[in-house]
Order: sequence, then C-alpha cells, then structure tokens
Amino acid sequence: MIHSLFLINHTGDIFLEKHWKSVVSRSVCDYFFEAQEKAGEADNVPPVIPTPHHYLVSTHRDRIFFDYFGECTEAAIKDNVVIVYELLEEMLDNGFPLATESNILKELIKPPTILRSVVNTITGSSNVGDQLPTGQLSNIPWRRAGVKYTNNEAYFDVTEEIDAIIDKSGSTVFAEIQGVIDACIKLTGMPDLTLSFMNPRLLDDVSFHPCVRFKRWESERVLSFIPPDGNFRLMSYHVSSQNLVAIPVYIKHNISFRESGSTGRFDVTIGPKQTMGKTVESVLMIIHMPKGVLNMTLTAAQGTYTFDPVTKMLIWDIGKITLPKLPTLRGVISLQSTAPKPEENPTISVQFRIQQLAVSGLKVNRLDMYGERYKPFKGVKYVTKAGKFQVRT
Amino acid sequence: MKPMQRLLQLPVSAVKLLKPLCQEEGQSRMLSPEGGQQSWYNAVQPDELKLLKSSAAPENQEEDPAESGHTQPIRHDDLKEMLDSNKDSLKLEAMKRIVAMIARGKNTSELFPAVVKNVACKNIEVKKLVYVYLVRYAEEQQDLALLSISTFQRGLKDPNQLIRASALRVLSSIRVTIIVPIMMLAIKEAASDMSPYVRKTAAHAIPKLYSLDQDQKDQLIEVIEKLLADKTTLVAGSVVMAFEEVCPERIDLIHKNYRKLCNLLIDVEEWGQVVIINMLTRYARTQFLNPNHNESLLEENPDKTFYGSDDEESKQEEMDTALLPKRKPYVMDPDHRLLLRNTKPLLQSRNAAVVMAVAQLYFHLAPKAEVGVIAKALVRLLRSHSEVQFVVLQNVASMSIKRRGMFEPHLKSFYIRSTDPTQIKVLKLEVMTNLASETNISIILREFQTYIKSQDKDFVAGTIQAIGRCATNIDEVRDTCLNGLVQLLSNRDELVMAESVVVIKKLLQMQPSQHSDIIRHMAKLIDNIMVPMARASILWLIGEYCEHVPKIAPDVLRKMAKSFTNEEDIVKLQIINLAAKLYLTNSKQTKLLTQYVLNLAKYDQNYDIRDRARFIRQLIVPTEKSGVLSKYAKKLFLAQKPAPVLESSFKGGRVVTHGDVFITVPDVGVSEWTKPSGREKRKEKVEKPFYSDSEGESEPTESADSESPTASESESMSEIESASDSRSDKESDEETKSDNEKNKKKARKEKSKKRDESEDSGQSEGEEKTVKKRKGKEESSSASSSSSSTSEESSSENSSSESEEDSESDTEKKSRKKSSTAKPSLRALEAKQKEISLLDLDDFSSSPTFQTSPSPNTSSKSLNLDLQGLTLTDTTVPSEVVSPSLGAVKTYELLHRITGEGLSVEYCFNRRPFSPDHTMVSVQMQFTNNSETELKNLRIGEPKLQAGMRMQGFKDIAILQPGQVAADTLGIDFCDSTQAANFQLCSQTRQFYMSIQPPVGELIMPVFMTENTFKKEQGKLMGMNEIKEKLTLPEQFRSDQAIVQRVMSIANLGRVPCGLDNEYRFAARTVSGGALVLVTLVTKDGGMAQLTINCEKMVIGTMLVKDIMQALTQ
Repeated sequence: MIHSLFLINHTGDIFLEKHWKSVVSRSVCDYFFEAQEKAGEADNVPPVIPTPHHYLVSTHRDRIFFDYFGECTEAAIKDNVVIVYELLEEMLDNGFPLATESNILKELIKPPTILRSVVNTITGSSNVGDQLPTGQLSNIPWRRAGVKYTNNEAYFDVTEEIDAIIDKSGSTVFAEIQGVIDACIKLTGMPDLTLSFMNPRLLDDVSFHPCVRFKRWESERVLSFIPPDGNFRLMSYHVSSQNLVAIPVYIKHNISFRESGSTGRFDVTIGPKQTMGKTVESVLMIIHMPKGVLNMTLTAAQGTYTFDPVTKMLIWDIGKITLPKLPTLRGVISLQSTAPKPEENPTISVQFRIQQLAVSGLKVNRLDMYGERYKPFKGVKYVTKAGKFQVRT
Repeated sequence: MKPMQRLLQLPVSAVKLLKPLCQEEGQSRMLSPEGGQQSWYNAVQPDELKLLKSSAAPENQEEDPAESGHTQPIRHDDLKEMLDSNKDSLKLEAMKRIVAMIARGKNTSELFPAVVKNVACKNIEVKKLVYVYLVRYAEEQQDLALLSISTFQRGLKDPNQLIRASALRVLSSIRVTIIVPIMMLAIKEAASDMSPYVRKTAAHAIPKLYSLDQDQKDQLIEVIEKLLADKTTLVAGSVVMAFEEVCPERIDLIHKNYRKLCNLLIDVEEWGQVVIINMLTRYARTQFLNPNHNESLLEENPDKTFYGSDDEESKQEEMDTALLPKRKPYVMDPDHRLLLRNTKPLLQSRNAAVVMAVAQLYFHLAPKAEVGVIAKALVRLLRSHSEVQFVVLQNVASMSIKRRGMFEPHLKSFYIRSTDPTQIKVLKLEVMTNLASETNISIILREFQTYIKSQDKDFVAGTIQAIGRCATNIDEVRDTCLNGLVQLLSNRDELVMAESVVVIKKLLQMQPSQHSDIIRHMAKLIDNIMVPMARASILWLIGEYCEHVPKIAPDVLRKMAKSFTNEEDIVKLQIINLAAKLYLTNSKQTKLLTQYVLNLAKYDQNYDIRDRARFIRQLIVPTEKSGVLSKYAKKLFLAQKPAPVLESSFKGGRVVTHGDVFITVPDVGVSEWTKPSGREKRKEKVEKPFYSDSEGESEPTESADSESPTASESESMSEIESASDSRSDKESDEETKSDNEKNKKKARKEKSKKRDESEDSGQSEGEEKTVKKRKGKEESSSASSSSSSTSEESSSENSSSESEEDSESDTEKKSRKKSSTAKPSLRALEAKQKEISLLDLDDFSSSPTFQTSPSPNTSSKSLNLDLQGLTLTDTTVPSEVVSPSLGAVKTYELLHRITGEGLSVEYCFNRRPFSPDHTMVSVQMQFTNNSETELKNLRIGEPKLQAGMRMQGFKDIAILQPGQVAADTLGIDFCDSTQAANFQLCSQTRQFYMSIQPPVGELIMPVFMTENTFKKEQGKLMGMNEIKEKLTLPEQFRSDQAIVQRVMSIANLGRVPCGLDNEYRFAARTVSGGALVLVTLVTKDGGMAQLTINCEKMVIGTMLVKDIMQALTQ
C-alpha cells in the first residue's frame, strides 16, 4: 500500500507531496536524507529504507510523465502540478494501484499538447476528459474505443542491447543480449495483429505486454494481440549467454602508473569486430579513473575527450568508426605525488550503436492483421546498442 | 507587469520570452499552469477583468511570505471571492491554485467552507479538484465535511455507473467517523450493483471503511464474502485486496472460490494479480501438502531440505516418522496443480511485482523439479530499475541457499560491474557465494580476484569475507583461498589487510597445525596493522596456537606489553588473554611479563579489563586460596575450539513483496505449511463454510493423517530456530561484543516463543529437550562459577544459557549431530571444551566459536560435581520428568513421643526427586525431642529390608537438644512394591523399631508427555496391563478442579493435556523401575465415571485404582 508520495529535487527540497491515506508528515523524508548523506553517491542510497512506521522506497521513474510532458524535470512537474496531481489521484485509490495503463489515463486526463492548449484557449474547454473512462470497463482495458486514423500505420522497433564484461586480455567473461520490441501502432478500430518471427527459437526468455495472448505464443511461437493505441512496449526478450554473442568492438588498452614519479601512461584504441558489415556509430567511452589521478594530458586521433578532475571521469566521445583509421587516445596521466600509486586499473564503459542490425539475428517474418478491412502501412527497424558493456583493464 | 501581459493577450511564446525578466513571474506560473490560465482568462468577461486585476496584484505581493509557510488572509479572501463567483472558469482557477498549494504541503484548511460549497458544481474539472481538496482536509474539518455528504448520496443513485463509482470512491475516502453508517450502507448497496465497475469500487471502499472503524468488521466480511463470489475479473483483484486487509484469517471464505480465482487470474489486471497470487500462496501453504516433504525427509544433505531445518528436530522427526507406518507416496492435489499451471504464464508478465509474486509461489509450492522455471524470470528482472534489482537480489539470495541448483546456470548474470551501487554489489556477492560449489569455484574465485582490486573498499571487504565463506564451505580450495588472502596481507590498504587478517584467523582455526608459517607471518604484521579488530585477531591466533610459534609468541607479548596502555580495549583484552595462555604454557619466559600486563590492566579505566585481569589472575596464578578451578586453568584456556562456520546472513530470512513495495522480513509468523484440515472436507461439502483452520492448528490425535502433525510441529520448530539464526546474524556479530550482547537479548525473546512451541511438541522431541536443558544448566553453572558471579540466580543463569543455545547456529547443530554419536568417554572432555570456549569467547569478543559451541549430549561429571550438584535426569526416557505436583502433603507418624520416650518422629513423602539416586523415593523425616534431656547420636541401625530394597541418605544426628526439631531426607528404594521398609533407629540409649510403608501413589513420579505420546503409550499397554473400573462421583467431586486435586493428592501424577472436556489424563513412572503409569478418567452424566489405568506392573495398577477410587468416592 502506498501511503504517500514525496517528490524531492536535487537540493533536497520537497516540491510535491500527495497522500492517499491519512496525511504522513514530511519528516519521514529525514530518514531518506540521512541515508543519502551516509551513502555519498546518489546511486548508493539504499532503495528501501525501513522506518518505524513506514518503508521508504526511493525510485527514479519518468515513463508516465514522458508520455504527458515529453520531459520529466522539476520545472515540468511544477508547471503542470495540477495535472500531475490529477494523474496521481486516478492512478491509486487508498494506496492501491487502480489505473496505471497510460491509455486509460490519457482518456481520463488529456495530456497537454501545444495543439490542445491552443484549442483550449479558443474554446475554453479543459484538460479533463469529459468522457468517462469507458476503457476500464471493457475486456481490453489497454485500448480505447473508437480510435480513428486517416493513415493507418504499424511500426516496430527491435532494439537489442549487448551486456558484456570483457576481461583484461580481451576475452569475454560474460555476454548476453537483452532485446525489446517497441511498437507504435496507429490503427483504426479494433485490429487484431499477428506478428511472427523467422527464428523464434532464439528467444530464451520473454515477457509480454498484457495484450499478447500467451497461449498462442506457447503453441505457435507467434505474437497475437489487439494492440493498445500509440506507443507501447510489446515484448522484451533475452537471448541467453549460451548462444555465442558477437561482440562488435574490441578495445586495446594500456593504462599504467609508474612506480616512481607521479606520472602514468594511457593508451586506448577501439576497433570494429564482427559488425556484419555495418558501421559502428555514436561510440562513447567512459572511464572512471582512480582517486590519485590529478589530470590527464591526452591527444585524441578522433573525437573529443573531457576529463573532470573532481569526479575523475574521463569521457571520450568518438562518434563513428571509419576504417581503416582506428580511433586512439593516448597521453600522460599526472598523479598526486604524495599519494601511493593506485593499484586498481579503471574499468572502461563503452557505448555504441549499430543501425539496421539485430545482433542476435532475430528477424521479423510478417505481420498480419485481422478484424479490420483497410491495409495498414508496416515497418520494422532494427538497432543494436551497447548495454552495460564493460572492459576491465 | 503580469496583469499587463494578460490584458495584452500575449501568445504563450511571448510570455516565455518575458519570463526571465521577472522572477516572480516564474513562481506564479508555477501556481497557475499555462493551459489553465489561458483558458479561464479567455472566457472572462470584461466586467470581471477588474476583479482579476485586483486579485492578481496582491498575489504577486504575498508570494514571498507564502513561500515561508504562512498563508495570508488577503489571498484567501481573494480565492474565496473567486470560489463564490458563479463563473466556472473563476472557480477552476481558484481550485487549481489551491491544489497547487496542497501539493507543496501548504495548509489551506481555512478555505474549507468556501470549497465545500462547490462540491455540487456542474463543471467536471472543478468537481474533481474539489474532491481532491475534500479528501485531503475532511478529517480535520469533520463537521463541515458533512455538508458535502448529501451530494455524494445523490451521486450514488445516478444512472451512470461511472458517476456512482466515483461518488462511492470519494465518499469512502472521507475519513469522518460520523458517516460510517452511511458508508456501510453505500458499500452494501454498491456490492450488489449491476455494474462490475461499481462493485470493484465497493471492494476498494471496504479497507478504507475498516481502517476508519474496526467495529464494522463483521458486516464488512459479509460484503467481502458476497463479492468473492463475483465472477468478473474486474472485481476479483480488488476484493481479494479487501480480504487481505480486513480478514486474512478467514481462509474458509476462499475455499469455494478457489478454483474460480485460479481460472480468472490470467485476465485480472496486474496489480490485482499480485494480491491474488500472494493470497493464494498463503492459502495453498495452509491447505495443501508440501510437495517436497518426502524429499526433506529423505535427503541426506540438510542444506537442501525444503525448510533448511537441518537441526535435530528434523532428525528427531525422522526417527518418529520411522516408527509410523510407511508414508504414502505423495500425489499432488489437482487443485494444487491447477494453481501452479495457471500462474506459470504470469512469469512472463512485464510487471516485476507479478513476476516476483509468482516466483515466490513457485518457490514455496512447486515440487522441486519444477521450481527451476522461476530462475530465468528472476534473472530477467535483474535488468530492471535499481530498487527492483535490489529486492530481486535479496530474494535470490535467500532462495539460492535452499535451491542452489536453480540459479547455478545463471551464475554469470550475477557478475559484478564496477558501476553497480554498493548494496547491489554486496547482494550479488552474497548470491555468488551461495552458488559456489566444487565445480564452479575456480571461476568464482577468478571473479573475486578482480573484485579485490576495486576502488570501493566496502565492496573489497565484502569480497574477502566471501572468499572466506567459500573456503570454509569447499574444502578443496581452502588452501588456495588462504594463500590468496595471505597475499592480501601485504595490501597497501589497511582495511583490506585488516579484513584479510580476520578472515584468515577463522580459516586457520580449521587446521592450525599446517599453517604455522602463516601464523608467524601474521605475528610480524602486528607491527604494521593498526586496525584494532585485526590486531585482536592476530593476538588471539598467536595465543591460541602458541605451541606452533614458541619463540615468537613471548616476543609479541613483550611488544604488546610495551604498548598496552595505548591500545584499544578489544586489543587489551586479547593481550591479557595472550599473556594468560603463555603463562600457562611457557611460564618460565613470560611470568614477569604476564604479571606486568595484569598489573597494567588492574588500573585500566575500563572495568571490563579490570575484571578480566582480576579473574585471570585468580585463575592462573596459584595461591593458597585459589579454588578448584586453577587446576583446570590450562584446560580452560587451551582447549581446542571448534572452528567457526561462516554462512549467509540470509539463511532463514525470507522476502515478502507487496505490490511494488518490497520488504525483507525474517522468517517468522508468516503462514507455513500446516496440516491441511478442512481442505479434505471441502470436497465433500463445498457450499458450507468450514471452521476456520487457523495456522498452527493441528490435532495430533487424528490417527488418519498422523504424519502431518509431527511434520508441522517440527517445521514450526525449525522455523523458529531459523528465525533466531537469521537474527543472530552471525557474520556481522562475530566481531563485536556489544552485538553479541544484543544477540543474547534477542535470543532470549526468541526463547520464550520457542518454549511455547516446544510445549506442544513435547514428546517428539522429548529426548532432545532433556538433553538440551541439561546442557543449558551445565553451561550456565560452569560459566557462572568460573566467572565467580555467584550472586546470579539460577533461573537467570538458565535463561541466559538457554538463550545462548538458541542463538547458536545451524552449524552448531551439525556438530551436535555428530557429537551425539560420539562415545561417552569423550563427553567429559567435550563438555570442558565447551565451557572453555564460552569463557574464552567471552573474553575474545569475536565469537565464532561461541556460536559453534559443541555437543549437547555431553555431561561432564567432574565439572558437574565440582561446580554444582546437578540433577541428571534419565535421558533414556523419551519424556521429560517434570517438577512434582506438590499437592497436599500428608504426614505420617513414625514414632509417637510416648513410645519414643520423648522422641517423636514423623515422616512425609515430599515428592521431590531424591537427588543422589533417582530410583529412590524421597522421604522427609522430622525428629522432635519432647523430653527434658538431650538425645545423642541418633542413627539408623540394621535395616531389615526386603531383598532389593535400599536406603540411603540418613545422616546421623549427633545431638538433639530438648525441644529441638531436626529434619532430614531419606531415600528409600522400595523396588516398586508397597512392602514396608523396616529399620531400627538407634539413639545412644535405646533402639526403636520402625517401619515405613509407602502408599502406592508415592511410588511413582510424574512425567510430562503430550496427548499424542500418551495415546501411543497407552496403545502399548492394553489387555492385561489395563485395568478399568466404573465409579460414581459424589456431588462435591464433580468439578474439574476437585477431581484433579483429589487424584493428585492421592498419587504423585503429572497431568497430561487433553482435548476433551470430560476426560482427565495423568501420567507417571514408577520411581524405581521406571514403568509407565497412565491414568485416564472419563466422566459421564450424572456423576458416572470410568477410571482406566494402564501399567505394566499390575500390582501397582490395581492398588492405584483402589486408592484413586477411594479418594474420589469418599
């Protein structure tokens, strides 16, 4: 049961509170602040803090607000405080979740769009839907009734993320693929869709949007569903680590600290490998240097780098890797002269993106529609990204 | 400026451009969202502009004071005015501002009257905002809130279902006690509404009303019962939620809806699924048989048992069940199967809470072979948000203890990334350690190797501990781990080094002899390591294994003596400890040093240290006064201590989730498998409600399923055991003394619970318990006497020692199991070790050994006698001898003062066990000298006893002054016969012939047993051994109390609990032969009664029947 919600900003001010049962004093947040102080870094705050009467659960979520405001910042919430409040009111009743389906909420309370604010200005109508939430009554609560489009479209984005840990010598310690299929469906009426894959056996573990009929997946390995309207996540899947995962980049690194003196050497090269002929784009490298590092003087063969001496974070923004020239970053590390030589070598986190490739080899076969007469426009897009991709040095 | 903009009707973009110019503008924007502001403004007519101007101006003024938390009356006037106007747009603007203020936590309760008036407003948005306001403040302004009620009542009758629902929703959210009847009525009506949506809202309203007024419970349960029968998916989740909130104990309401709920489950909305799955888990655990029960009995490896109950209870249970007829092969109830089948697809849900709930259901309910399916789903959740990850990992950590195989294929998913938050890292380490086995240990260790280089020092410390745990669990890698850890000793980071020392210490304890070089290495480290805990660990190691490092140890002591005054307390204690041990082994070299250290300690500021010094001095330095203990000093200090076992702190803990909020709770009090009573009947009469079979209720007398009671009993026992395990939190507690103290306290609390529990389970663990108790006593007695705290009451000793025992870990139990097979000759030694380890650990605050105190089955005769005349009960008796019933004690005359020429002697049977010899009946004698002259040298002469009879314990009375009374206790072994014991009492001048003839009721002593055991034993004593007699009770003996009192006064019997009103059961054993005497008395109408006595000694039985009959009829 959720008793209360407090929204807290970076400086520790509570800028929104909402209570579903009787009022809980703001002072419960002191426990959170205490834990935050103890933890130092934001990430290290324990997500669940027990207090004498309540459990505090701290979360970072933005999904629903993204749907509504396109962004989720303090300013956005402050600007739309009434809408937020109305939303929260509808989502929970007495602390028990009531309607968390974005489609239903949108029906109840219309999101503020520029168009609507113009319309409102002219007609004087309000954001609150005057229709009653009929969707909640139907068998398919995720879809509004009476959807109408002039262009009927169904787009699917297959996004795969590679989670990997590469060890010092360049061999893969652990790698797996996490994929999602996001859909953007703008179809009139009540379409019944069937999506089939070329190679469904590839998928090791799946989870579905409630609209997907699990029985048919079990028996035929096809996705059969009446889609919600608009954007939603159709399924997420996991390709197990048993299958060999192609690692699309390799990194040569040589980071060393000299025993005597206060300098070290830094030399990192990244190159493509097993990319199936596609280019690797938006490559970014983040290296958290040890505490003893004072500054770094480097030269990048490609892209730009920044080093923050406070957080010791080295970020190298490389961009696209074009062969045959390989991007390198090399130079000198200056260390604190008093402190002993750091023992640990930093871990390199890599981000990249490959368009038009699903690294697992998953392919959508066809999309069929039943229940409606028109012919929709269909499209599938593949992209591969680095997930938690780490190279130990 | 602001009114200007408005008048100019600037487009939005223009306003935005202007925004940075004016700070105040920004703030007021925040209050009045752009869209809304524009909309009402446009609808305003010119005549209202004036009002607007006036209202907007003060708004800007008082913005700052409003920020500081005080609301200004000016503003409220203005808002009131707006609310009073008849324009919806003005009202809306006012309400928006008010809601914004509420959102920022400002008090706007003054506006209540003005707002409430608008509850009937036609505009739906105004109405909604008024509702928000009303719900927030109604509790504070109860009287005014009543004004709005009639609106809702009207709303409840609206033809539109959605309006009915929303009226009910708001009405039930208003926390005003006066309207409880109205709410009740509304809920009842809504529960039979045509629309499922309204019925759903009714279900939501139930817990709200319940939290407002608990007295409505009965009525609400009726509504819940009705709604549970609803067949729509919409209602199911909500009503189960209400059920869980209001009456989770009324499991009977679920019976007839069970299959329906299972079938609906997949179509219920996500949050409803969570609630239903959790409820069904609880239901199934109380109503179905545990599918893994056979396995837990058969499996050799206790780690893999379903409940992890690898303690003696389960062993005992095994023995018990072995006696029972062979159990039937387990066949899963079709309803149980239905639940498993219907929940499985939900593992694929996108909602983490649903997946978690199903995982828990499977973990508890699925047969072992099927549990594996949840591992994948749980691993998938690991990619989710950090709080979900945290909770899932905690669940995985506790699940992986019991079901290691399930997660083993996913080991790599638990590898740690440098970017994980610390708490996630620690949890992953925990999981990896749990998953470690011979096959994968090398991979895991290689991973650990990487982690040790991490920058996060807390994480490194955790890794070192994890390595320690792997090393203790897996013998093959112990040396590798040890070597690795020794390398870490040269780590530059002191924390890492210190942690390694502590872990190495634990590992070395397992096989010290092979590692004297490591000990030597560590001795050298003491110069460098400054962390107190590590220093203390090293000192302890050196002291403990000083014979392995005979040259270095005195030198270390010398160094430490030099720095003694600057050390931390915990180090000081270890220095004293080291000094004492060296003094005992190598007094030539260290005598002076020890004296010096003890002298320093004598004047220390800390009283613990002063006490310790004083105590050690008494113990080791021989003086004339020094007692028996110094003889044993060497044994006390240098006994071999059992090695600690490092194990998961998650052991015994279970994680409960609730919706999106997840909580970790220790494994207590939540429903466990209990006997499936009622469920069987369910199938016969589905329609009728059953008696509530609350958890733990088990009727051991039902022979049909006699296996379940024992099982559930032992399970509940093990549950508590494991709870105390988890609380004692070994890993962390080992290090500090204060924690240790806490531990004891906790355990003490635990103990009382446990005692209740054990009362129920009496016979099945009877033996174990006697053993335990005895052990407890020994521990306490030795501990108390050795620490010379003689003032302690024995009762408190007992409790503390028992609590110690409770806080002991499973590991100890393992060792207990082993030692129970140990030969008796070892016992004395072991017992001593235990005493010593306790003692030693008291002074060495890291208490791994303390928790692993050894064998229960030991009785050290020598120490016992030295320390306290303890009574040893007969351990072969599978039932516990209880304190005798001290009814009215009847006194008999042995020698009249006239025949005795002034000496009179009386005796009585005091019904206490005769301490030197348990096979004797204790007779209390009282000698009174009524003559004028003193009597000298009273003694017993020439007993003429029957064959086999013995007498003991009479101490001669040297002088009995005139008028003086002397008392003594005599033990007589009557050989279970009522033959008189004849003897002579001799004084200095005369001899008196005496004869003590015991009534049969005194030849027995009470035993405690459970109803179940009683029946079992009775079954063995049928036929010739059973004597039945009918009798009529006179009026005055028909009450319970009178009957019990009469029976107890005539015979020394123990009452046995009995489920029936009209039946009384008593049990006893004959003192000498130990034959059971079971007495059953069944009363019937009109004072008729039947007395049954089962006893293998027919003479005793017959005589007892006669005696009891007499006592009850006269």
